[in-house]
Amino acid sequence: MDTRTQEFLEYVQSGGQVETTDWMPDEYRARLIKFIEMHGNSELMGVLPERDWILRAPTLQRKLALTAKIQDEVGHAQLIYRVVEDLGKPRSACLDDLVSGKAKFHNVFHYPTRTWGDVGVIAWLVDAAAIVSQKALLKCSYAPYARIMKKICWEESFHILHGRDVILALVTGTDEQFELVQEALDRWWEPLMHFHGNPIPADEDPMYVWRIKSQGNEAARQEFLDGYVPQIRELGLTIPDPALRKDEETGVWRFTEPDWEKLRAVVTGHGPASEERLAFRRLSREDVAWVEQVVLAEAA
Amino acid sequence: MIFEVFRQERKGQPFQHAGSVAAPDERFAEIYAREQYGRRQESIALWLVPRSAVHEIAEFPDEFEMKYRRVDGYSIKARLREARERAGTLEMAPGGES
Repeated sequence: MDTRTQEFLEYVQSGGQVETTDWMPDEYRARLIKFIEMHGNSELMGVLPERDWILRAPTLQRKLALTAKIQDEVGHAQLIYRVVEDLGKPRSACLDDLVSGKAKFHNVFHYPTRTWGDVGVIAWLVDAAAIVSQKALLKCSYAPYARIMKKICWEESFHILHGRDVILALVTGTDEQFELVQEALDRWWEPLMHFHGNPIPADEDPMYVWRIKSQGNEAARQEFLDGYVPQIRELGLTIPDPALRKDEETGVWRFTEPDWEKLRAVVTGHGPASEERLAFRRLSREDVAWVEQVVLAEAA
Repeated sequence: MIFEVFRQERKGQPFQHAGSVAAPDERFAEIYAREQYGRRQESIALWLVPRSAVHEIAEFPDEFEMKYRRVDGYSIKARLREARERAGTLEMAPGGES
């Protein structure tokens, strides 16, 4: 590592922040692009499982709330792709790589949404897991990303409340409604345990080393479990892992080791809904291509 | 075109940089900025500035160490004490002896 890169590394590790026009090592720029691009992809792909439920939402109020949440997520994708563009990769290239399957998006968006219970579990628990990760980006060494994250975290907090409200309505309803939530939780627990990634030590995680995020994977998972296992259990729901318990002495959550090979397979496009979601994104990109052409032609 | 977006949260507060939008022209930039930075009543006004119009200055050399322009350029403690001693008002000063 050359001296300039070494100095840069020490600067970010001591809490220093970098702006778009500052010098940065190529590796840092490449890692930022890949990470932030995947975040943008996830926001964009993340609306598809929920989109399926706009027409089937049980009340007008729920339809409106779900639509607002979806609008927020697409808005986040736009803000985030803007950050990627300033780092040197155009949005059209990001979308090309997304629909061709070259770029990744988050594991939880590779699964189908079978019931209205799924919508509640996603808005409550998937968004809660996402907030833990996103809070670790508020101090990101790349300042433009950190600033955008502030706005995003602020908007996400309404999503969690909306999700919790959906869940509370169901668990206080009929036995059948309660069962709907339990069944959804049973299916979503594994993806939730995968969500923060394999337990690579923070010091070996390049994202932590460059201070792109301020927390290691396992620390994020522990924070999620600490915050949400009690909230799930107090509703009388059962988490489908008999080994899950908090070690009272160390304060560390123990659980059945997730299948990391499965996570790898899911995020490389072999999840149960990966193909369908990408096909839909491809289709909508082709469908609206004419709009882009008209707008650009008129502006030119 | 890229437009930098500045937003004002409440009347009387400064406009602060919020982010940017990419748009083919000003009309679209306005629509995008409204959607992304104002749809929750979080702003009472927005400024859209074409990025090319921003002239950045980021270097502030201080070759002549012009500390006399700043408060840290003045250390009056010792002299004030001397003046008070001479006037016999040291005990009356706030904080007494010190």
